[in-house]
Amino acid sequence: MKNKRNLLAGPYLVWSVAFIIIPLIMVFYYGFIDRDGAFTLENIMAIASPEHSKALWISIRLSLISTVICFLLAYPLAMILANMSVNQNQFIVLVFILPMWMNFLLRTLAWQTLLEKNGVINSVLKFLSLPTINIINTEAAIILGMVYNFLPFMVLPIYNSLARMDHDVINAARDLGANNVQTFLRIIFPLSIPGVVSGVTMVFVPALTTFVISAILGGSKILLIGNVIEQEFTQASNWNLGSGLSIVLMIFIIISMVISSILDKDGEGNML
Amino acid sequence: MKKTKLISALLMTALAAFLLTGCGGDKGGENGEVIVYNWGEYIDPDTIDMFEEETGIKVIYDEYETNEIMYPKVASGTSNYDLLCPSDYMIQKLIENDLLTEINFDNIPNMKNIGQQYLDQSKEFDPENKYSVPYCFGTVGLLYNKTMVDEPIDSWDVLWDEKYSGNILMQDSVRDAFMVSLKRLGYSMNSLDAAQLEEARDELIAQKPLTQAYVVDQVRDKMIGDEAAIGVIYSGEAIYTQRENENLEYVVPKEGSNVWIDCWVIPKNAQNKENAEAFINFMCREDIALMNFEYITYSTPNDAARALIEDEAIRNSEIAFPDLSKYNDMETFHYLGEEGDEMYNEYWKQVKSAD
Repeated sequence: MKNKRNLLAGPYLVWSVAFIIIPLIMVFYYGFIDRDGAFTLENIMAIASPEHSKALWISIRLSLISTVICFLLAYPLAMILANMSVNQNQFIVLVFILPMWMNFLLRTLAWQTLLEKNGVINSVLKFLSLPTINIINTEAAIILGMVYNFLPFMVLPIYNSLARMDHDVINAARDLGANNVQTFLRIIFPLSIPGVVSGVTMVFVPALTTFVISAILGGSKILLIGNVIEQEFTQASNWNLGSGLSIVLMIFIIISMVISSILDKDGEGNML
Repeated sequence: MKKTKLISALLMTALAAFLLTGCGGDKGGENGEVIVYNWGEYIDPDTIDMFEEETGIKVIYDEYETNEIMYPKVASGTSNYDLLCPSDYMIQKLIENDLLTEINFDNIPNMKNIGQQYLDQSKEFDPENKYSVPYCFGTVGLLYNKTMVDEPIDSWDVLWDEKYSGNILMQDSVRDAFMVSLKRLGYSMNSLDAAQLEEARDELIAQKPLTQAYVVDQVRDKMIGDEAAIGVIYSGEAIYTQRENENLEYVVPKEGSNVWIDCWVIPKNAQNKENAEAFINFMCREDIALMNFEYITYSTPNDAARALIEDEAIRNSEIAFPDLSKYNDMETFHYLGEEGDEMYNEYWKQVKSAD
């Protein structure tokens, strides 16, 4: 039995070595050497320079805001979905997943077309003699892009954890005299925390590392840490600095994942 | 147990070998192959098919987006391209680092089609015209919408005019942005003087609130869609935008600007040098150069092809075929060395991260 499983794991092993382990080793290799190949910590320390730390701070701030907005939008929606009959909710889940079948870049470019000064939204507003909105190339547009693109990643895990919840537990709470608010705060929400945590991670991490959204919807005027790294590779030909900053970013991602795994454990602890 | 392990090990090595070699298999067409590494959307794909048909040489075609993405791949020697099409300063860098091989011009009779003034311009980066064959060239200038500006536009200063706040599009690339700022201040765009660069940087930071966005290819679409009044653009794109929106006008500012030339060059580790030369020769043939000009709209240095252009307005267009001697202070980018590049990148990052 065991051997058979080993055999099946073979392709995955090759895959992860070729496309995950080796690239990761290369990032670390480049990150810790300078252009002449000597060991250095300078590429890591470069995060302390005013431009880099500012970019990292803006990235963290915008992705936190986006994550909170995603959560506030997703939780009620997931509850509505979970309470619907199977036929209804499958349709709505489909509606939510449908945009994800379209390419991420296309969706973001579509938002650019919508938000532009003479874009679709403003044309409609002008036609109705309403004041136009000018959020393209601002932080607000970047947050909008993040929320739009990553919202499904928040809805689905929360929906899953709510839908799988044992209704007997909720009924028991009601039997024991808990009202709606109490049931929600003490039963439903704690039980859904694993879903919330994985949703938060799945929104926060890609939002933290994105460079496409800020380039397209921010007009490249707002520098996120992802943009800095991208520029080091594509424009500055400085792979060492780009790798060093990527390592720093990885540390932040690992921190956020550690926090979520701790919270997740608490969630499961409550379940027992 | 041992057997299954052996099998899985075999499977894995086979898979790894497959992944590493790509699909391997037969080696090219009847006359071998040529591996071309060119800018994205920088050729009429039909011309590649024609080349394959006429010569029996199979073309393996790869694309890059910036010179800077191309360079490390070539310099590391891990990829064996036979033919590249970098820009002026990058050719200089490749020559200085001994990564190019001299072209055998006996194999390129169509070289006669290339205008002498372009070869003279190429001497800025390839002093003896030994390594490069010009493929496309152009200028950088201002594209403006006649209905959205009230004065005649002839200077970079307009990009700092508060009147056009929110209606200005800048190039999102370090050398192009600094070229604008340095030229406006009357300095060389290849300046390595820290004081001049800092002055140029401060001007760019002062300009930042007025700009709508820093973009590269999107200048084209945004100007066509009346999104902005003025944008910094490559002359090749200007011709295309005018076709789409007749209110647009292109001008090379009086302070001078950048003349760039992209050339075919052959890297030192090319495996199919003669096929690469055959490819260059084919690209220099007047009908092929004309096809490419019509497809990508970037100016061709191929005088014979220019003579074949049917539309007289385009054949004599000042935008497509500027008389380079007419302008003062036109420069070509030079390679500034690693330290110079780093200095520019550092200043550019300060511009981009400013509020």
